[in-house]
Amino acid sequence: MSSSALKNALISSITFLILAGWMLGVRMEASSQGIQLSLASAKSLQWLYIGVAAVFFSQLFHQAIFGRFKKKPGDASSGFKLSFKLPTMESNPKGFRLMVSFVLAALIIWPFLVTRGSVDLATLALIYIMLGLGLNVVVGLAGLLDLGYVGFYAVGAYSYALLSEQGLGFWTCLPIAGGLAALFGLILGFPVLRLRGDYLAIVTLGFGEIIRLLLNNLTHLTGGPNGISGIAKPTFFGLEFNRKVKDGGWDTMHNFFGYDYSSTHKVIFLYLMAVLLVAITLFVINRLLRMPIGRAWEALREDEIACRSLGLNPTVIKLSAFTIGAGFAGFAGSFFAARQGFISPESFTFIESAIILAIVVLGGMGSQLGVVFAAIIMTVLPELAREFNEYRMLMFGLMMVFMMIWRPQGLLPMNRPHLELKEAS
Amino acid sequence: MLEFKNVSTHYGPIQALHDVNIKVEQGEIVSLIGANGAGKTTLLMTLCGDPRASSGQVLFEGQDITQKKTHEIMRGDIAVVPEGRRIFSRLTVEENLRMGAFFATSEQADERIEEMYELFPRLRERISQRAGTMSGGEQQMLAIGRALMSEPRLLLLDEPSLGLAPIIIQQIFDIVASLRDRGMTIFLVEQNANQALRLADRGYVLENGRIVLEDSGDALLTNEDVRKAYLGG
Repeated sequence: MSSSALKNALISSITFLILAGWMLGVRMEASSQGIQLSLASAKSLQWLYIGVAAVFFSQLFHQAIFGRFKKKPGDASSGFKLSFKLPTMESNPKGFRLMVSFVLAALIIWPFLVTRGSVDLATLALIYIMLGLGLNVVVGLAGLLDLGYVGFYAVGAYSYALLSEQGLGFWTCLPIAGGLAALFGLILGFPVLRLRGDYLAIVTLGFGEIIRLLLNNLTHLTGGPNGISGIAKPTFFGLEFNRKVKDGGWDTMHNFFGYDYSSTHKVIFLYLMAVLLVAITLFVINRLLRMPIGRAWEALREDEIACRSLGLNPTVIKLSAFTIGAGFAGFAGSFFAARQGFISPESFTFIESAIILAIVVLGGMGSQLGVVFAAIIMTVLPELAREFNEYRMLMFGLMMVFMMIWRPQGLLPMNRPHLELKEAS
Repeated sequence: MLEFKNVSTHYGPIQALHDVNIKVEQGEIVSLIGANGAGKTTLLMTLCGDPRASSGQVLFEGQDITQKKTHEIMRGDIAVVPEGRRIFSRLTVEENLRMGAFFATSEQADERIEEMYELFPRLRERISQRAGTMSGGEQQMLAIGRALMSEPRLLLLDEPSLGLAPIIIQQIFDIVASLRDRGMTIFLVEQNANQALRLADRGYVLENGRIVLEDSGDALLTNEDVRKAYLGG
């Protein structure tokens, strides 16, 4: 243990004391002279001291504890090494198909074994997976920082809500909503895409807000801040999951198949639909990635000038990424509207864009498995940590800091085969 | 094959090229040499349509390409190896090459990739390595290979020797010579005047945006002014 470790530990704990002291150490009290600061209760002070001690000792013994796990160069056997490889379509098509069927089977059986709340939460996670995958095309692959992604989500949601009022069914509306969102992406993308980096981010941020403000103020069409309620639920080939027919279907599911009505079935049905939509999304995006256009997105992210020197038109490539990303947001939006049965501009604030972007970054830009993983974490964790609700943003920030330290590339960074050295013969 | 006719180029109010006249004939290597800031890269970029020439004409096989868009020009029979290589560093070697044949069918691309591996055996060893992790010389080979993937008839090289060790530079120039032997027309822009002129059939000297000398490569190598200014006395 060196003196530098001691110094480091002291500085860290003082920093912690200052930062946490404002939240835990003092209390504001209203008195006759106005608001007064006073020392917090003994209990919260106690927590503060424990925190300071924890920071101090963890910094002090950091080297001794973690240094052990660090792998020394050239010494592969020391320390632990976690390495597993998922089969991919190219390397092991048989294993890949087997894995996909297992995962799908598990996803289909799972909702019948757990509570209604978990299924509902899983559905929400699936919506975020869809959004994350869509934004991943724009941000992770094409490298265009889009902060207004929620706008396209809103377009999809409102498209379905308004069209279903006209008596159209969910399955007809889904492609229309996706198409409309994609069209918005195309229209908005056209003037915006000559901008780069920060400028693009700011303008897309603005567009996201414009869409929300429009929804808020086009009262005769969107209902303004009151939103739209009573949106029809999806049907299974015209069979409804309600107790009685009300969404324009020709019969109810339980009546047609002759089983007892349970409201849980509707939740499970929505969940299975979300699974289907996510599966389709994954399939389509994977296909696109294997096509030249997918490679062009990545190439464009790497070097725009080189792309132009190869005869590629950057505008077309950027627009395609932007449009396709927006389209998936549209699908997710219309499913969201169908699931909630009620939408208002409240659901489409900037924080949503930020969360979706956080999913993409957390997962590892460009990595699809990473996005799936991150979306689950980002929806399930806040739910599990309900009691710490007030500290949610604090925990969120903490997580981001730890991510930057330990996995700056994201949870599951996009994988490319690395050079493997052959043994010298 | 390629002709610059009284081409002038401006960056805003600043004139970078003054009435440049250059001709490149089928099957020859033409070198353009000049000091830093003479306008060498600007000249190449003008050919590619970005920035556009403010006056004069650029002709490729008799066709005026001055007003065409960059991607239209580059999609044709011209390919460029840009300054500083500009490979896609996070893509693999093979993906980089495939980007070069973006407009070809995948069978054509497969065929050409095989040709490139024959031309650059080093790249075959690195087939699925990230391009950015290769050495400078290998990256330059990749950049040339990528440009050749579109099967161009005219290859533009912008400072292929930039930042490379002399022995690697020699390798790169050997490759360029072998490309000429296969019938490729090459327009080479270089600061490394010695090597560039030795290789060239003809050469041009650019100074402050003006062509000041034009001769065969050998003649320029022995030219007193060129020796003084570019070859170190």
